[in-house]
Amino acid sequence: MAVMSNLRTFKNAAWLGWQMEANWTDPFLFAVYSVVKPIAGTLILVFMYLVITGGETNTLYFSFMYVGNAFYMYVADVLFGMTWVIHDDREHYMTLKQVYIAPINFQYYILGRAAIKIVITSFGVILTLLFGVLVLGVDITLSSVNWTILILGLVSGLVCISVMGLALGGITFLTAKHAMGINEGVAGVFYVLSGVVFPITILPGWAQGVSKALPVTYWMETVRRGLMPEVMSGLPGGTGLEGFGNIEMMLALLLSAVLFMFLSEGIFRYADRIARRKGKIDWTSAY
Amino acid sequence: MTDTWLVRNMRAIKARAYSRVVGANREPSWVLFDVSLPLLSVAAYAYIYKYMDAPEEFVGFVILGGAMTAFWLNVLWSMASQLYWEKETGNLSLFLIAPISRMSILAGMAVGGMFATTVRAVSTMVIGILVFGVAFSLSDPLMLALVFIVTLIALYGMGMMFASLYLIFGREAYHVSSLMTEPIYLVSGFYFPVKQLGFWTAMGASVIPITLGLDALRQLFFPSSGGLYGFASVTNELLILVALCVVFLILSKFSLDYMERLGKTSGRLTLRWQ
Repeated sequence: MAVMSNLRTFKNAAWLGWQMEANWTDPFLFAVYSVVKPIAGTLILVFMYLVITGGETNTLYFSFMYVGNAFYMYVADVLFGMTWVIHDDREHYMTLKQVYIAPINFQYYILGRAAIKIVITSFGVILTLLFGVLVLGVDITLSSVNWTILILGLVSGLVCISVMGLALGGITFLTAKHAMGINEGVAGVFYVLSGVVFPITILPGWAQGVSKALPVTYWMETVRRGLMPEVMSGLPGGTGLEGFGNIEMMLALLLSAVLFMFLSEGIFRYADRIARRKGKIDWTSAY
Repeated sequence: MTDTWLVRNMRAIKARAYSRVVGANREPSWVLFDVSLPLLSVAAYAYIYKYMDAPEEFVGFVILGGAMTAFWLNVLWSMASQLYWEKETGNLSLFLIAPISRMSILAGMAVGGMFATTVRAVSTMVIGILVFGVAFSLSDPLMLALVFIVTLIALYGMGMMFASLYLIFGREAYHVSSLMTEPIYLVSGFYFPVKQLGFWTAMGASVIPITLGLDALRQLFFPSSGGLYGFASVTNELLILVALCVVFLILSKFSLDYMERLGKTSGRLTLRWQ
């Protein structure tokens, strides 16, 4: 019974999220908006690369960087989406209180809202990858793709990111107007420490240690190994995770994901309790 | 003090700025989120250049660009889209019936938001310089200050103009602001010299004041590479920025009046959650 109720909450929250994301304009304009932003973000990196290499994109590092940045969209968008749910419902629509006291599992509500973000972001990721392969010569060959690694890694990582988003949602309960800062900061930690756009070997030793404790590091490595195994095995200087075979990599991803799940759940529950005690569930700043 | 038009508007600026400053001080967690964490994105871009063995000034370009994002984000989210949020929270009608210029309200937002934004920008610069050990030149501090101030005036003038557009926006306001983040970082050359986009693209992007402001600041902070990576001379860029200040401030006045009239006619000024 509880399972059905939670699934219904999840489904309705996802529907609500879709309406809020998409029904403000016509489908064509929405599609343009959804594509321009991720492509522009990727082109920043492309131009940075071109400035230094003088126009050369046919290198292993370029493919490494491009694919990492494409998949990072999930991290940024899902984390942002989950913190923004709290901020938007509380501060702008002032409906958080009503949703919160409804007889539903509030975490499933947030996860449902995030799920639609994952769907929308997936279009951005696929388009970015297509643009990379067709226009910029990113080295992805369908016949070389290790689908098992790619799909298992992708799904595990998305679940993990969603649960981490819950923790950030909890922290957003306790802060005013800083949902964007929280998201930007945490996403920034992953961007710089998880080998998204450069191998972690360039980082100082202590930072590499932190990298290896973050699930996003293993997630990035896993999806890259699945999508372009030849690039990953030939990257000059390595990625810093050569010691891990594919199975060890998946295990490391799952282990760190489970650890972060427990941590995130604890943070959310703690923040939720404090927010209720301090009356912050329907708190608006209005400045 | 006599309650003249000027005094009333100065009071309005002070009052609107006051709520922002007090709000920020009352809830100080922004210091953590706005100061230390955004630096991480900057660090990522800096490491890309380091990994590619790029010349040292490119890391400096990234630090400077990262610092200037604070102002762009402030203009987008705390100024341009603010009239939309004020409408949503019910304050807009109060602002509109007050006997003051709409520009005073927006100027108050700019001044009030400037403190936190400057803290974020300066900390990004200082920590970035300390972490990556990039040497910034201060050989012409007067010009540096002049370019920076003129850039901000032009930028916030543009923000005021955008705010008028947001007056008639519904939920698309959020999406427009979101859309003007990465694409503007790209065309304005926040993380690489805008000259690399080609003459006509860079020329078009120069309508956004931060494009030329950033390019001029880079040339002043890194004089040795100015000729190589600069889009135009600093003096020319300053002159264009001064012109942009005048244009945007005049346009914002007209567009605010026009959009307010349009909003009243269409009955959308107090329409919430559309």
